[in-house]
Amino acid sequence: MNDEKTLRRIEAMIEAEARYLAQQKARAPGAPPPRITGRRSFLAAAAAGASLLPTIVRAKAPAGAVERAVPADPTKEQGTPTNDDGGYGSRSQFETETRWRFGTATRESSWTMTPLETGMGVITPSGLHFERHHGGIATIDPSRHSLVVHGMVEQPKKYSMADIRRFPSISRTMFIECSGNGLTEWSKPTLKTVQGTHGLTSTSEWTGVPLALVLKESGLKPGAKWVLAEGADAAVMTRSIPLEKCLDDAFIAYGQNGEAIRPEQGYPIRLVLPGWEGNTHIKWLRRLEVSDVPFMTREETSKYTDLMPNGTARQFTFVMEAKSVITFPSGDMRLPGPGFYEVTGLAWSGRGKITRLEVSADGGKTWADAHLQGPVLPICHTRFRFPWFWDGKPAVLQSRATDETGYVQPTLRQLVDVRGLNGPLGSIYHLNAIQSWAVAGDGRVTNVHA
Amino acid sequence: MSTLNRTTALAAALALVAGCAAHRSAEAPQPAYSGSKLGLGSTPTSAELAHYFSYPADGRGLPPGSGSYAQGQKVYQAKCMACHGEKLEGTKIGDKLIGGRGTLVNNSPAKPPVKTVESYWPYASTLFDYVKRSMPFNAPGSLSDDEVYALAAYILGEANIVPKGQTMNAAALASVQMPNRNGFVSPDPRPDVH
Repeated sequence: MNDEKTLRRIEAMIEAEARYLAQQKARAPGAPPPRITGRRSFLAAAAAGASLLPTIVRAKAPAGAVERAVPADPTKEQGTPTNDDGGYGSRSQFETETRWRFGTATRESSWTMTPLETGMGVITPSGLHFERHHGGIATIDPSRHSLVVHGMVEQPKKYSMADIRRFPSISRTMFIECSGNGLTEWSKPTLKTVQGTHGLTSTSEWTGVPLALVLKESGLKPGAKWVLAEGADAAVMTRSIPLEKCLDDAFIAYGQNGEAIRPEQGYPIRLVLPGWEGNTHIKWLRRLEVSDVPFMTREETSKYTDLMPNGTARQFTFVMEAKSVITFPSGDMRLPGPGFYEVTGLAWSGRGKITRLEVSADGGKTWADAHLQGPVLPICHTRFRFPWFWDGKPAVLQSRATDETGYVQPTLRQLVDVRGLNGPLGSIYHLNAIQSWAVAGDGRVTNVHA
Repeated sequence: MSTLNRTTALAAALALVAGCAAHRSAEAPQPAYSGSKLGLGSTPTSAELAHYFSYPADGRGLPPGSGSYAQGQKVYQAKCMACHGEKLEGTKIGDKLIGGRGTLVNNSPAKPPVKTVESYWPYASTLFDYVKRSMPFNAPGSLSDDEVYALAAYILGEANIVPKGQTMNAAALASVQMPNRNGFVSPDPRPDVH
């Protein structure tokens, strides 16, 4: 990560978040209907003229929705014909949340954030799973794609996508988090919403082939210690993975939430390394090279490394440590008044299961246990809920996760005490600190450091 | 490889699998079958394998070819400068490539460190590997090996890491000592907060 460039991007990110918020507010119930422009407005006006009724037609359906006329009383006329969606459904036109893009200079090397504030349960809809691309989204015909395994193996192999699907398979519901999640928040509260501060984590059910089985087909030579994974995108993205992880729980995924993985998630196949930073889960996977040494690729030297104040950088910091965040109430929301609220959010750890989640309403002075929604899965978003009676006085809401290793999510101060602040973005990666949301007397919720 | 070696290798691999299984999270999903080899897939031809590359820090496998600073300057001006700037200073799109030495030791949130090829990258092999696989951004993977060597000579020359008269080839690139060669620490020291 080039810090100066990223700093300039933060301004763009603040603007991107503001644009998204303005758009969402314009679409909120009770907001005036958007002005109709262009060709659609002509058609709408023609339709309105024909029926002489003030038909409300929105300028544009939200992404993933189909715009349909809304009858005054849905019990008085037939609804949309069955299978009118072409056989692949869409969401309601009244649901508007989307990923939004970090304001990077190019749209090919960029990322989008998951709207955690509207999420329910633990699964992220495939179309809202965060993205990080280094050379755009590759479009790959699976009939022309293959996976090659070579290097320090007894038998180099090449697999078609049909071959890959013949292997014994597994499914695993787990989170993937970008190690850059929260990079704007090291030195001061910067983005307003939980989508901006924490939206680079998502959970899907992934289906695929254990990597150990694929490597077994080739047989490893003595001295093998690392495996290079390479993508078939324009970045030809590469990361070196310790062999131990490859033989443990790594897998090659072709399924996501019950269907083929999305193009932006690496269609037709991606590497999945449970609990490890997202950039190592190489998408559009085309090659695995077994080696005795790491390859020292650009991504694992100049980019995804964590610079400390003493000038040394931590390298191969793979694990995503325990973290949690309250998604309701969260930044830029407004509570209508004192009374009962169900505080809810997500907790996760790359080292296993979440065993405890505590909530504080006084900035960390006192804590109380929240309810964890079961089943609690290892290396998976875990939904927590906490009943809260707000007395209408200013409050600071926090959540603190503990995982099965006994690790307790740290405060930002604890993290900065150890890792320092080498520039406004600190060490950039692996910010897993407790998040604070201030609730003001008027119910407005803001991102604060407390 | 002798039969004995092969047996040892297999045993070592199996031991690794078994060793990992022992500390693996008990609830990690397991395949319904993990017995003998399945005989899936085909054998890639050597021509197919020749299509791929990746060069570790010792430079093994670097291709034949060479390039000079002067050749690199021409390639840079034609294919790189639009994004990385006339003086390799970076633009809105492309990273700054040179400068920044002495900025990595810093604990001020007001002052960003300047991470460039010159100040931060530990190995010259990475420069060759990355430029060859991903650059230029508008035509990735389009440069010849000679062009990539020439660019390495130009960028490392401008960074005052090698003399501007130095021609780059496989041996020369592998022997470059980058300023931040010893700037990286692993393994991961986390958990670092208790």
